[in-house]
Amino acid sequence: MSDIPNIRFRPATEENPATRWALIGAAFLGLSVLVFAPLIAVFAEALADGVGASLKSLASPDARDAIRLTLTIAAISVPLNAAFGIAAAWLITKFDFRGKAFLITLIDLPFSVSPVVAGLCIVLMFGTNSLVGGWLVAQGYPIVFAMPGIILATMFVTFPFAARELIPVMIEQGRAEEEAALTLGASGWRTFWTVTLPNIRWALLYGVLLCNARAMGEFGAVAVVSGKIRGQTATMPTTIEMLYQEYLSVAAFSLAAVLALLALVTLLLKTALEIHHADQLAASHRA
Amino acid sequence: MHIEIDEISKAFGTTAALHPVSLSLPSGALVALLGPSGSGKTTLLRILGGLEFPTSGRVRFDGQDATGLTVQERRAGFVFQSYALFRHMSVFDNIAYGLKARPRASRPTREEIARRVTKLLELIQLPDIGARYPSQLSGGQRQRVALARALAIEPRMLLLDEPFGALDAKVRKELRQGLRDIHDTTGLSTIFVTHDQEEAMELADLVVVMSMGRIEQIGKPQDIRARPATHFVREFISA
Repeated sequence: MSDIPNIRFRPATEENPATRWALIGAAFLGLSVLVFAPLIAVFAEALADGVGASLKSLASPDARDAIRLTLTIAAISVPLNAAFGIAAAWLITKFDFRGKAFLITLIDLPFSVSPVVAGLCIVLMFGTNSLVGGWLVAQGYPIVFAMPGIILATMFVTFPFAARELIPVMIEQGRAEEEAALTLGASGWRTFWTVTLPNIRWALLYGVLLCNARAMGEFGAVAVVSGKIRGQTATMPTTIEMLYQEYLSVAAFSLAAVLALLALVTLLLKTALEIHHADQLAASHRA
Repeated sequence: MHIEIDEISKAFGTTAALHPVSLSLPSGALVALLGPSGSGKTTLLRILGGLEFPTSGRVRFDGQDATGLTVQERRAGFVFQSYALFRHMSVFDNIAYGLKARPRASRPTREEIARRVTKLLELIQLPDIGARYPSQLSGGQRQRVALARALAIEPRMLLLDEPFGALDAKVRKELRQGLRDIHDTTGLSTIFVTHDQEEAMELADLVVVMSMGRIEQIGKPQDIRARPATHFVREFISA
């Protein structure tokens, strides 16, 4: 067929098979050691004394309180951060103003600040010894060592997720559809609900999933502000740590397995979104 | 509707996009704002539509001051450069959007909205595409849907930003006639922005040639061709 025999064509960006397999193998090996093995170990440890023992430990009041608290925290902080994320992304992408670059940097701040530092800041601001915190405690609304503090800490840590996911998508979509809605007589509010929100819905869901995964798993900031009071302010991650410190390994790993399962569900949903709506997600544009 | 632009200027920061320009456009005319990019023609169109506010000057519609009117109050049918169709809505819902957005008191019934959308689809000669989505349409079809959507609100004027810019040469020629026909049947004052002198000369009743935020010449196509007022106009229309 070919009139140029004896030439083996190789695409410009492709390596020879040996290099290729070495690289792929190295990647899989790294992933196995760093990700898969620990994940399997968590489940193995959890089931070390059998399924019954594991389930029994999960039914204990401490474990149930921790699960309930973590789900409550996520249920409150994730929707709030979704709303703040939309507001921030809307502001940044649909308006021009001074200090915009600074605001974008500020949104990323929680990614670069250690969660422990964030927790300490909340203690400093709202602790019993602070002006605001002292007054609030006097009114009967403690922030630190109570649910509001945990929510604040969780929200601080998870703030960037929704906004970061929305900003590139909204920049790409531009303002023209919103302007069109306005020229057709729609109010700003109506434009938001009928044009902006439907256009960003998959990106928003993606951001919410990431936000939720982190909200349920957050340890550092929550450990500082919560005081880890059992049955009151101990979340799943902090309870896992306490159980482990007390050598209750089945209980600790059973709870950890539940947390890991929640993360896996999140991952599955995220992958499903990526498969079906890749064109509307920021992640696919970054790649 | 008679449109009067009285000493309108626009500055973005320290850059002047429009030096004070004045223009009186007779009711029912088909007007082209012609100029190279950066000439201020789109800025002027957006000021008329209420999407941009002038730094100084007045806009009057039929003698009434309209400078402070919001974009919604202008009731200008606006066709955007890349059409800005709502990508998550069917063609039907796109066209019905402006009618559904009206306050309850002046909102037509569901049947009335359906009737009007059907009529508009007939007007743009695409009666069967109501259920499709923008991504399933060709460029020319999108442009006509955008036109129908703008007409649905019973606008006082029609403003089009480079309405043929995104189309290939053959479709462009066909749709020129389409716009001319729609203008003639509706009788609406229509202003379109273009950088294509041939398009402006062939289609418009009145051509406004702009450059660097200033109006170089206003006139009928044949007059501009016969007597270009400035060096710039002569160069630009011979290009």
